[in-house]
Amino acid sequence: MELTNEEQDMAAGKYGKATQKAMEILVTLGDIYGAKRMIDITSVQIAGVSYANLNEPGLEWLADMAVDGKVRVFTTLNPAGMDLEEWKKLAISEDFAENQHRVVEAFGKMGVITTCSCTPYLYGNLPHYGQHIAWSESSAVCYANSVLGARTNREGGPSALSAALVGKTPEYGFHLDENRQPSVKVEVKTKVEGTFQFGALGKVLGDRLGKKISYITGIPKASVEELKSFCASYATYGGVALFHMEGITPDRVETIPSETIEVNEDDLKGAMADLDEDTEIDFISLGCPHASLAELEYIAKQLEGKKTNPQKEVWVTTARPTKQIADRMGFTKMIEDSGAKVAADTCCVVAPIKGRFHGLASDSAKMCYYGSGRNKFSVKLMSVDECIEEALK
Amino acid sequence: MKLTGRRIYQGKTEGEALVTKDSISFYGGVDPETGIVVEKGHELEGVDTTDKILVFPTGKGSTVGSYVIYQMAKTGKGPKALILQECEAIVAVGCIIGEIPCVDQIDTSQITTGSKVIIDAGAGVVEVE
Repeated sequence: MELTNEEQDMAAGKYGKATQKAMEILVTLGDIYGAKRMIDITSVQIAGVSYANLNEPGLEWLADMAVDGKVRVFTTLNPAGMDLEEWKKLAISEDFAENQHRVVEAFGKMGVITTCSCTPYLYGNLPHYGQHIAWSESSAVCYANSVLGARTNREGGPSALSAALVGKTPEYGFHLDENRQPSVKVEVKTKVEGTFQFGALGKVLGDRLGKKISYITGIPKASVEELKSFCASYATYGGVALFHMEGITPDRVETIPSETIEVNEDDLKGAMADLDEDTEIDFISLGCPHASLAELEYIAKQLEGKKTNPQKEVWVTTARPTKQIADRMGFTKMIEDSGAKVAADTCCVVAPIKGRFHGLASDSAKMCYYGSGRNKFSVKLMSVDECIEEALK
Repeated sequence: MKLTGRRIYQGKTEGEALVTKDSISFYGGVDPETGIVVEKGHELEGVDTTDKILVFPTGKGSTVGSYVIYQMAKTGKGPKALILQECEAIVAVGCIIGEIPCVDQIDTSQITTGSKVIIDAGAGVVEVE
């Protein structure tokens, strides 16, 4: 890779140790993937924030980087393992809370905006069409590439932090036009409605097509909430970073692929049946990816004046700024008066909840995947309304 | 026998080869506290990688795997060097932050488990005795 004088100085350590280590990571990745140069990026989003995933050595590495590292571009964080303010309400241990705070402090010291969310595009980390970024949360990467038309690879935590410290990323993969073209056409022949059905569609495509870039037709309309659910599911089950949805994705497609597959009602039902285990529900998770204001408003109005079953734990996860406005609008109170909990900064995928529950209900196919794999829960994918009904039952 | 590949992360070391034809997911597939492969059905399931020169085709799985490699390097568990056919981002980043010698673009079928390997990762050179 050809480096500018400034980049060579960074690699030589003239900008400090953290920047030198960051350059070492970026140049190695660039060499592996055949990048010719580094390119400027406009924002970064870093995953690997929960202490449950980092453990002590991961935290030590971040603390080492924070000794002299400072970010050069606007950078936000993925969810942490707990609500950073109200962690006690989620029954998180003192030990875990202390370690989680150390992680967030290390990022803060480097100049990272420590709003911990998987939906950075909902609160101000919003790239526009064609901008190069370095994000790591898989659902957000998929949303940025496919819905916003920005350009990012699926970064790991350390490579995203490195990009933030240098302000650049090696130019390869999804940063280049030639790697963004679809290779298979998907004709959706059934009506898809609601976050849970879009999640099921993501599972169908991910299971069947893996990482192939698809060109999807037959979705006449989709809300932001449905698209974020679809992106989360498709990225989880297929590992995809980019799809083209006709009428949604801003990227120009040169040739619509001739290889075509159809998705019909039975396919969608099959995916939902895969995520419908026979179990007693004791945990209900809404807000994966993080609930938007519109979702919080809807959930609040459904729960207003009602009581959830005290045997069932209900978490509505969201970003801190979203919760703050929900507080002002009275939505948080409406939800919490029912017995459900609004949890900011965290999510049910990365919180240390293994073994605490048995049966999970969620409107998110991604949540079902991690609920069953990582946390060993039995899972049921349901609509938001069915989740709320289950909570009240 | 001398094999030449590409430097991923520098360093010189020697040790006993542990070879697999299966790719490795470090997050969930290897226990960072013991260095033992725990992925169900993996060719090396139950085998301790500690202090071995681990030889495998490529990495796979979650990017959190980089932190698993780092954690093992810091606690003295897991392999002392890595030799791959094709390195990808998870393993590369893990080796850089953990400072573990790593070389790729090596024909790993030339190496057998138990043979002695001398690695000069900076030069991309692997000697198999």
